[in-house]
Amino acid sequence: MKSMQQNKRQGTRSTNKQAFCQGLRHGLPIGLGYFAVSFSLGIAARNAGLNALQGLLASLLNNASAGEYAGFTVIAAGAAYWEIVLITIVANARYLLMSASLSQKLAPGTPFYHRLLLGYDVTDEIFAISVARPGYLNPFYTYGAMAASMPCWAAGTTLGVIMGNLLPLRVVSALSVALYGMFLAVIVPPARKDKVIAAFIGIGFVSSFLCEVLPYIREISSGTRTILLTVLLSAAAAVFFPINASAKGEAADEP
Amino acid sequence: MSHNVYIYLGLMAGVTYLIRVLPLTLIRKEFKNPFLKSFLYYVPYVTLSVMTFPAIIEATQTPVAGLAALAVGILLAWRGAGLLKVAVACCAAAFVIELLLVR
Repeated sequence: MKSMQQNKRQGTRSTNKQAFCQGLRHGLPIGLGYFAVSFSLGIAARNAGLNALQGLLASLLNNASAGEYAGFTVIAAGAAYWEIVLITIVANARYLLMSASLSQKLAPGTPFYHRLLLGYDVTDEIFAISVARPGYLNPFYTYGAMAASMPCWAAGTTLGVIMGNLLPLRVVSALSVALYGMFLAVIVPPARKDKVIAAFIGIGFVSSFLCEVLPYIREISSGTRTILLTVLLSAAAAVFFPINASAKGEAADEP
Repeated sequence: MSHNVYIYLGLMAGVTYLIRVLPLTLIRKEFKNPFLKSFLYYVPYVTLSVMTFPAIIEATQTPVAGLAALAVGILLAWRGAGLLKVAVACCAAAFVIELLLVR
């Protein structure tokens, strides 16, 4: 009996280890993309008057590109403390939706400390690969991805503050599409199986493009536009094409 | 009155963490409501597509490089390539196009 329990525990442990290693592997390209993006973020931090330590702290503690950038502009302006609170809420509000969506990927009864840890790094990319897992999410997969990508994010920002424009622009600009490549790797395969997803990806592309060129709407910050479009389009999809929880939801979750 | 940068950073970090952790800790059950279930099922795809385009063509120095990365990415992902492969191929496509078009 005891040995059976031990076996089971060892089994879980090796599954967790496997999940962690896979997360590490998938976190690596994320880290590469992060490095490029956070390097340019570091330049913005430097322009806002932050030193290397402050840039490092900002990225270690926030893990948010638009949110950090918005914060730096407030710091540069020397604005009131409540303003940085407000702008951080607006710039990062999309994470509220992502976390709510991610909460549905956790097995019922997932311990509280996993929720506290996972919540530390719900970024666009980590969220993307975490929801793409088949079935329930093993938190250790996400921890692996965090372990590979968070140091790159922090290091990139710090080096950006220190070195400014040292990396050739050509390299930075090529690296910067890595993040979008990963988004495509997440959203395209399910679109093959589910025509509704495919259609709404197309609608998402077109409407976000329109929002960027149409007068008045383009004045809205890109973070807010992302939230508005996500809520509107997802709600429309849910109304017109509700998922049959038992059939479709699981079919799409199959590897 | 002058402001302390570390207080700014602390406020940013606190607010950002709360935004991320509250839904994860407060929503402990699977939703039963079909609308809510469907809504959250579509959220990832919609939000990632909205963030990908047109941002990808603005990330590169010329939009053509971004478009090439987009096309390569969709094609490879459609054929079932993994995260790393798609990401690297997108970078390569953007790099080559910029090599040709941007001096």
